[in-house]
Amino acid sequence: MAPVATPFFFYLFAAIMVIGGVMVITRKNPVHSALALIVTLLAQASIYLMLYAPFVAGVQIILYAGGIMVLFLFVIMLVSIERSMKEQTFNSQRVVGVIAAAALGALFISVYVHGKNIFPEGVPAMGEGDNTQKVASLLYGQYMFSFEIASLLLLVAIIGAVVMAKKRI
Amino acid sequence: MQTMLHITTLHYLVLGAALFLLGVIGVLTRRNVVIVLMSIELILNAVNLNLVAFSHYWQGIPARFGGGPLALHGQIFSILVITDAAAEAAVGLGILIAFFRNKETVNIDEVNLLKW
Repeated sequence: MAPVATPFFFYLFAAIMVIGGVMVITRKNPVHSALALIVTLLAQASIYLMLYAPFVAGVQIILYAGGIMVLFLFVIMLVSIERSMKEQTFNSQRVVGVIAAAALGALFISVYVHGKNIFPEGVPAMGEGDNTQKVASLLYGQYMFSFEIASLLLLVAIIGAVVMAKKRI
Repeated sequence: MQTMLHITTLHYLVLGAALFLLGVIGVLTRRNVVIVLMSIELILNAVNLNLVAFSHYWQGIPARFGGGPLALHGQIFSILVITDAAAEAAVGLGILIAFFRNKETVNIDEVNLLKW
């Protein structure tokens, strides 16, 4: 099936993502930032669907928007936000920070403008329907070792989080 | 106009760069530790977007150059990056809770015990 109105949906979701990202870094209330970040993540899942990566889109929604963001909201409720609401939003190095980020952005722009012929142009081929099956066969075949390392990393992270957050072990 | 209406891999890369810069600005300028961690999530998401875009591009390359419909390596990498982000969020928020218990604040400017 041919994609319908791809440029329109690309610009729509890109605009949602950028506006959500700006909201994340400018809101004073951390709960508002978390909600804006959820909107950004859902728009990014849509972009993944446009790139024919349905499994990554599902993982993005379930794990990021459903798991990590709930963790963030729990921690925002655990720590008191009344004091930080009264304080200044940005720190004293904000001007230097924005200038450094602008320099980095200029670097990106120059790379993309100069490397326009190196970077891929043209329409990429359409992906296959059985994306999940292929991802799984790669993950459990060629990338078996990386998969095991990732599971070990998660185990270490669980232990580390419990050790950090618990009052007395 | 033609380049505007024709979505190539470069469009996705530019979007990823924009998100990355937003995350960098958030990390450098915010004082709340929770929002600094959220900005790190934004940076990781920008990297993921680049990986999936390149994975899609490689699927259009002939198989003799390493592409083809089975070249889903970028998606595998993005799944591993998501795993990493989950581990990072868990440990970072655990550190944040330990810090809040000791200092009663979430201001990152007061995390200066190890500062020279």
